[in-house]
Amino acid sequence: MTGLSIERRVGEVVESTSTSFVAQCYQLEGAPALGGLVRTYSPDIYGVVGSVTTEPLDSARPVLARGEGSDTEEDVIRDNPQLARLLTSRFQVFIAGHVENGVTHQYLPPRPPRVHSFVYACDPKEISCFTSRLDLLHLLLNSGASHSDEIVGACIRQAASSHAQPTDFLAQACRTLAMELSTDVARLKSILQRISP
Amino acid sequence: MTQANDNNGRISVMPGLPLGVVIEGSVANGVEVRLDPGVSVEQIKVGTFVTLQGTNNRFFGVVTDVGLGSTDPRMKFTPLPADDPFLIEAMQGIVAFGTISVIPQLTMPDLLGDEQEPAAAKSIPAHFSRAFTASQDDVETVFGREEDGHFWVGSPLDMETKLCLDLGELVKRSMGVFGKSGTGKTFLTRLLLTGILQNGEASSLIFDMHSEYGWQGQDTDKGVTVKGLKQLFGAKVSTFTLDEEHSRRRGLSTDETVHLGFNYVEPEDVELLRESLNLSDVAASAAYNLREKYGEESWLKEFLDVGKNGSLLELAEELQVNAGALRALYNRMGRFTRHGFMVEHSSTDTAAQMLGHLERGQHVVLEFGRYGDDEAAYILVSNLLTRRIHRKYVEAKESAMGGAGKEPRPLVIVIEEAHKFLNTSVASQTIFGIIARELRKYNVTLMVIDQRPSGIDPEVLSQVGTRFSCLLDNERDIDAVLSGTSGSRALRSVLARLEAKQQALVFGHALPLPVVVRIREYGPKFYETLQGGGDSEDERKRKVDELFAD
Repeated sequence: MTGLSIERRVGEVVESTSTSFVAQCYQLEGAPALGGLVRTYSPDIYGVVGSVTTEPLDSARPVLARGEGSDTEEDVIRDNPQLARLLTSRFQVFIAGHVENGVTHQYLPPRPPRVHSFVYACDPKEISCFTSRLDLLHLLLNSGASHSDEIVGACIRQAASSHAQPTDFLAQACRTLAMELSTDVARLKSILQRISP
Repeated sequence: MTQANDNNGRISVMPGLPLGVVIEGSVANGVEVRLDPGVSVEQIKVGTFVTLQGTNNRFFGVVTDVGLGSTDPRMKFTPLPADDPFLIEAMQGIVAFGTISVIPQLTMPDLLGDEQEPAAAKSIPAHFSRAFTASQDDVETVFGREEDGHFWVGSPLDMETKLCLDLGELVKRSMGVFGKSGTGKTFLTRLLLTGILQNGEASSLIFDMHSEYGWQGQDTDKGVTVKGLKQLFGAKVSTFTLDEEHSRRRGLSTDETVHLGFNYVEPEDVELLRESLNLSDVAASAAYNLREKYGEESWLKEFLDVGKNGSLLELAEELQVNAGALRALYNRMGRFTRHGFMVEHSSTDTAAQMLGHLERGQHVVLEFGRYGDDEAAYILVSNLLTRRIHRKYVEAKESAMGGAGKEPRPLVIVIEEAHKFLNTSVASQTIFGIIARELRKYNVTLMVIDQRPSGIDPEVLSQVGTRFSCLLDNERDIDAVLSGTSGSRALRSVLARLEAKQQALVFGHALPLPVVVRIREYGPKFYETLQGGGDSEDERKRKVDELFAD
């Protein structure tokens, strides 16, 4: 594992299913952006960030407002150093593909990532390589998430910026979406509007 | 033909451009092709030729309909921002796409240039077969090549490809040129006639009502004169005229002037003229009584003499016909026989003269001059001559069948305003009705030119093998032209959408499938190809050698 990978490490798998996993961040508010591409190395699995949650570690101890006497939000954090230990950020990742024998497949892996696998954010090169095919959109559109359109939109927007020819990538994405959603024009329209440059 | 010309005629706009894939269909209704995202529905027109590459066969077909489809039936109810190019572009071709309906007409040989001929399609290509626009080679395989002696008549819609007709097949059956006035019937006819002349397989006899084919004609739209057959083919064409003065005024020296003796008029002719002379049934049939009394040769002359002497009443009593009817017959025939071309007795048999020319492989144009507008004169003269010529042909053909002579040369008789003597009431009596029905048994076929095909007897029309139809807008005329044609429903929409000029729908015997043709320009360029294409270099040399042999 390279040093670069350690820098890109964003969390650790704490919950895992065949279609998605949840990772806990090492840093509070350290989760990757919605729609961002992340991966694990054991096994090699790619996924797209579907939701990010920051919540108290102990669900029995709800978060209280603490900034009444502070001037800025930074003051609140500084004056309450315990917060970093009481709160945690988690993100859910929808599995978008995996690597098997050196070949990348954009369908579900035989097994989900192991719990405690490290989760890394992908670099632009990896993103553009993985999204050169867009079968992952089928997985995302059918992820069952209530906001799957938003995830798809965010994923395409983010991936576009990693490509050398964003316009070509967008056109390819539009074609794939149109084929996937050929029987649901209203949904297609709403996603297209989200990725329109 | 020069290389340059060759190149000119051979440029194909989109040779075998991929169009889309077959998504559904049936033999009865044709197949539906979904257009590829890159192909605009506006590019494809009804009538365009396409090829469909099936698994084992290649099909050749015609676009009969163009439509718009969508994968989501709810799309038409979903408000979409039509001014957002990003959105529209994303949907175009995938969610919202164009479709074309294609009727596969022929199965093509797998390899171009293969010995196998295109055959009528009895199946359809499988799902996902690719559709392409037909290339020049495809069109040539189907319709024939100019190099193989076919006649270049124009181009298919939206293609620069030469569309050629097999004239040998064309003249084997009667043909019709239809279209409302001003749609280019005369030009098309001129073109076809030059083709027939150039081809040389058949002779033609043209009853030139308005003196347009023989010497020169007028292009009223462009205000220029165009060359007639005599100018283009010289000695191959003989011109006859009914009106010598008219011909002289036009600076044309005709080969023969036609004088018709009363002795050639038969009661059948009177019957035929009944309508144009406004004669009653009784009056017309009185002619038969007269023939019985005075004999075949002189009944008309004797009758007119009796009338002149004022003894019609006695004659009516003797023949036991109505005196009024007889007087009407006398008046009308009297007026009719005052035409300049009618003489009391003519010893020259014009029909025999014409036959002589025809047998020598020449083509005969009979100009009517000022009598062209006289319907009765046109009907009488054309019938009278054709009847005699036809009779001779029947004799010649029969003796040829008996082994006593050679086959008469195929003859195409060209008549205009055909509905006047091929209408339901007289078609059974006129010689043209007989020729149309007898078809090619006696090597004589008709070329009828008409603007009111609905006026032609349906039975006669059904015998017209190849039909060229320019724009028609009267429902009944369209029905008449398409009667007895398979797929007439699809053709009807094509026919009604023809352009007003220089376009014709051609279908029938001489073509493997119906086609819309942009008729070739009849002008100086065309004359050049004729002169260039008439004799090959060798042939010309041979003729020169022959002339100056000694």
